[in-house]
Amino acid sequence: MISKEEVQHIAKLARLGLTDQEIEKYQKELSLILDYFEKLKEVNISGIEPTSHSIKVENVLRKDESKGKGSSRKLIESFPDRKEDYLKVKSILK
Amino acid sequence: MKIQDLTIAQAHQGLVNKEFSSVELCKAYLEKIREKDKDIFAFLSVTEETALKQAEEVDDIIKRGENIPVLAGIPCAVKDNIMVEGLKCTAASKILENYIAPYEATVVKKLKKEKAVILGKTNLDEFAMGASGENSAFGPTKNPCDLTRVTGGSSSGSAAAVAADMAVYALGSDTAGSIRYPASFCGVVGLRPTYGAVSRFGLIAMASSLDQIGPLAKSIDDCQIVFDTIRGKDQMDSTSVDMRVENNGLKIKGLKIGVPKEYFVKGVDKEVEKIVKEAIKKYEAMGAKIMEVSLPHTDYAIATYYIIMPCEISANLARYDGIKYGYQDKGNNDLMEVYLRSRGRGLGDEVRRRIILGTYALSSGYYDAYYLKAQKVRTLIRQDFEKVFKKVDVLMTPVAPTPAFKLGEKIKDLLQMYLCDVFTGPVSLAGLPAVSLPVGKIDNLPVGLQIIGKPFEEDKILEISKLYGNN
Repeated sequence: MISKEEVQHIAKLARLGLTDQEIEKYQKELSLILDYFEKLKEVNISGIEPTSHSIKVENVLRKDESKGKGSSRKLIESFPDRKEDYLKVKSILK
Repeated sequence: MKIQDLTIAQAHQGLVNKEFSSVELCKAYLEKIREKDKDIFAFLSVTEETALKQAEEVDDIIKRGENIPVLAGIPCAVKDNIMVEGLKCTAASKILENYIAPYEATVVKKLKKEKAVILGKTNLDEFAMGASGENSAFGPTKNPCDLTRVTGGSSSGSAAAVAADMAVYALGSDTAGSIRYPASFCGVVGLRPTYGAVSRFGLIAMASSLDQIGPLAKSIDDCQIVFDTIRGKDQMDSTSVDMRVENNGLKIKGLKIGVPKEYFVKGVDKEVEKIVKEAIKKYEAMGAKIMEVSLPHTDYAIATYYIIMPCEISANLARYDGIKYGYQDKGNNDLMEVYLRSRGRGLGDEVRRRIILGTYALSSGYYDAYYLKAQKVRTLIRQDFEKVFKKVDVLMTPVAPTPAFKLGEKIKDLLQMYLCDVFTGPVSLAGLPAVSLPVGKIDNLPVGLQIIGKPFEEDKILEISKLYGNN
């Protein structure tokens, strides 16, 4: 079974603020799901290549040129907090 | 026939023959939504004003005596994880509750070019994560066939809107069954196109190696019309391709239909099995050759999917940080607290669970054991299909092991819920196209037949679907 500390650590890596109750809940659920994954141990995968995409895609290239402002104005307007056109965040350097 | 029962082609004829105007058609649907949707909750937002404006434009074109495209003036609905510029796009999540789409999804751009009328945005499991429709942060959609039951998910609202005549057709998205599953539960036709056949630009990403946009509609012809409109390469989605296998002179006589034995096992509802087998027999009676085949790695598909998908989710959903857009909880202290609180409170239970699972599986020391292993098993699942498709033309299976279940019945049992995707998930992992075709009912609950094709053979599986109704 996965430990409470592990779930806490993972939640922090994923930047999810969870209550103690939630941590405990996810601890149980995660363990249940990870147990289910044990099933894959039966499969022999030696010499098998991984599939990352189901169709073969080659590198797709395009010229690196500006196509005008696009939606930039709208993106700025959707900032939760801003000063003029700058995104405002809490100070990082103390 | 009532105005809301029309298919796309019928409604188009009605508009061209001036039997009714697009505004009248649109108002009839809006009326239906007003009447029914308080019980069903298929729509997260209804965009009456813009819809009527779009309809008026089409009426003007008709008045001028000009030709209109087949989708012009026909009311549709769009799943709320697909962006329609200027409209709210919530993905049924609190974290995007007030988010306005800053640009247009390519599929929407294509529909608008044909002068389609968009009635509103449909409900879904939050970020398309769920098999029942119950994970929406704003409340579940109820099945129009039985309001005590789920619609199936995640394209819950799109399927319900079409089934309850609240839209002529709808767009959905399918990662492991999210178009086919609700289509089966609600008794409409759904098409999951081949991976790469339709641009995902403007679709809120869930698991990028699997996500695909497709239509839900009342008829197969309608599915074909919508698919033809949205398909094709888009320079804004580098995974999209221009591939089309022409379906020249399909002959049902001698068509080889594979029936994978792993899809007719314990756990499949007896009535579902019976209805699906009878549907397959109908094709046999038309002259098709039915062959039992084996897809030996079927049983590993759910475990494989539930590793690959959360890993991709944990990466894709990192963008919701409470800083750039969407819900922000400032907290009292530092920047870290903004992240923790915005994400902790803005994202729902299932979404957080999958992010934790994915983060765990990708974290240092576990990558090989989970993600890499799952990608290798995915190869074996894909090869299973490649092998049988050397012998058969299409595959036929149930879409879902059961008909629509009761609201609340599975939500507390995670694995039961995850196993809903058992027959649709493998197809997604292999990137294949599949149709969900309504072929029967248990009492009033619809049952869908899944017809799976080779890559880019959508035209063929749709044509085969059509034969079912014609015979």
